[in-house]
Amino acid sequence: MKTDLQISTSSNIRASQLRQSRFGNLGDGLFYWITLLFAASVLAVTALIGFQLIQASLPALTKFGWRFLVTSTWDPVHQVYGAWPYLFGTLASPFLALLMAVPVALGTAIFLVELCPHWLRGFLSFMVELLAAVPSVVYGLWGIFVLIPILQPVQAKIASSALSAIPLFSGTPTGYSMMAGALVLSIMILPIITAVSRDVLSNVPAAQREAAFGLGATHWEAVKGPILRSARSGIMGAVILGLARALGETMAITMVIGNGKDASWSLLAPANSLASILANQFAEASGLQMPSLMYIALVLFGVAILVNAAARLLLWNMTRGTKHA
Amino acid sequence: MNSLHRIIKAVFVLGTIAILASGCTKPQHSLTAAGATFPYPVYAQWFEAYHRETGVKINYQPMGSGAGVEQLRRRTTDFGASDVAVQDDILQSMPRQIIQLPAVAGAVVIAYQLPGLQKPLQLDGPVLADIFLGKVQRWNDTRIAGLNPGVTLPDLAISPVRRSDGSGTTGIFTSYLAAVSPQWKQQVGVGKSVAWPVGIGAKGNSGVAGVIKQSPGALGYIELAYAEHNHLQFAALRNSAGNFVLPSVTATTAAAAGAVDRLQKDIRASIVNASGEQSYPIAAFTYLLVYANLENAQKANELKGFLQWAMSDGQHMAEKLYYAPLPPQVVVLNKKVIQKIQ
Repeated sequence: MKTDLQISTSSNIRASQLRQSRFGNLGDGLFYWITLLFAASVLAVTALIGFQLIQASLPALTKFGWRFLVTSTWDPVHQVYGAWPYLFGTLASPFLALLMAVPVALGTAIFLVELCPHWLRGFLSFMVELLAAVPSVVYGLWGIFVLIPILQPVQAKIASSALSAIPLFSGTPTGYSMMAGALVLSIMILPIITAVSRDVLSNVPAAQREAAFGLGATHWEAVKGPILRSARSGIMGAVILGLARALGETMAITMVIGNGKDASWSLLAPANSLASILANQFAEASGLQMPSLMYIALVLFGVAILVNAAARLLLWNMTRGTKHA
Repeated sequence: MNSLHRIIKAVFVLGTIAILASGCTKPQHSLTAAGATFPYPVYAQWFEAYHRETGVKINYQPMGSGAGVEQLRRRTTDFGASDVAVQDDILQSMPRQIIQLPAVAGAVVIAYQLPGLQKPLQLDGPVLADIFLGKVQRWNDTRIAGLNPGVTLPDLAISPVRRSDGSGTTGIFTSYLAAVSPQWKQQVGVGKSVAWPVGIGAKGNSGVAGVIKQSPGALGYIELAYAEHNHLQFAALRNSAGNFVLPSVTATTAAAAGAVDRLQKDIRASIVNASGEQSYPIAAFTYLLVYANLENAQKANELKGFLQWAMSDGQHMAEKLYYAPLPPQVVVLNKKVIQKIQ
């Protein structure tokens, strides 16, 4: 609490000093306006992207309207377009990836901060950060040459077993599937969630940790209670960063997801994504296909904004809870 | 120390200016072009050999057929290249008259992955169309067995592989399917990207080749060169004369020769399912697109020189890269048109 107070007072002083000198000192004034300009340019670029996307997608917007989002035909020959399978894939694959990546990432982060012997910590952290530096096309190639050959027999077994009665595992598997896409995605977002969670956990005040142990808490109890509680907003932020990476991922996904044409509940069936169809068809698009692809980009833009806003809201809700408690 | 920094900075700035300035003065003999990626390996060799022989430099950007037409329309390039012949509606949107010249021919191969099969599988158009319509689903289907007497086919699902990106290869393949299957023509149609009823999508020829290589039971279409380089098995197709023909450079040239009657009427005529005993049925030209009047005598002469060269010396170079040389009748047609360029 004390440190919080100190920080806030000193930042108040800094701000008021700046306000005082804004018109007194030419250098500071200039500095203020230049940084303001930079900050505003970020907003301007975002607004401009939105405007451009709307403008370029106008023919498709007026022709298909909101039905574009719920219809499933993508037929460049007959000039009929609908984005549902792509929208579905863009929502489902990051969700599945988070489902797999978050427990692993969080477990790794807790181990690194709370339990890891000192000599191993540096090495493990380095390995996690190394994963983050691998370009996405490499993950795609790894997916094709390593993951898919492993998945093929596994999926064939699932498809021939009793599990195939469940819609989640129906169909004829080929390896190239929603499952492969989600797995590759989960590995790609693992390092960022791990690294950010680790930083958040190690920033939990030592006093809290010591207090928990002082009260006789076990390692598990200390982590479960005070440590995770005070770190949860930061961990949520880490998950959002991972989700953002998963939503925009293109190359690795398109290489393993099978680029199917249907929205299917089966994990074994080929799927698709908004980013994937954009990357695939942009170069040779003609006629109404181009505005429709721009509409896809607009939807992707909208999904990214909505997901980020929802995550912010969740975060805000959680931190408000913490302060009350 | 400070002065040293200044000197370094000055040298750096001057160097940058020099580089920029040299970029501004264009070399005397150069042409720019953009377009199709499929014939790029041949074009790259042509341009290099032609530069060595004549000193005329040609910069080619393999951006895709659609982009090639678009750049030519905006006149940012001296000539273009496209895997599909430019149709009338687009021709009318061009600022001036366009000449289309077949450059080389290519074949689209039906590649598959069936372990234990000794000799090439035999297929025909209707069966192929039904595989991609999802009507023929297993390798031991009676219709496939009927085309391959004496071959034991595995009880395995066929997994059709197709392009996920827009591509001239897809255009050629779907135009073949439409030519041999009324249902395909009506339900799916012809295009660089279509609404595939079934299958896994992969990006690029290399992507499709990769999926086929890895998945037992897979079947897909790729260009001849990629099938050869990836050592994939490929099928012999029944041509319009009723013979099963394996894809090859000679069988592709034969297909082009088999369509000469049609080509004399319109150079854009399709050469899929062409007549001729030895014609491979899924073949197509790739085209060079040139303005009939370049409004620049020097450029026109350079371009004419290159095109004449491509029709003679260039043709021999194509074969090694698995692209089919044009049949002599088409070369004659081309040469006549090239002379008209001003």
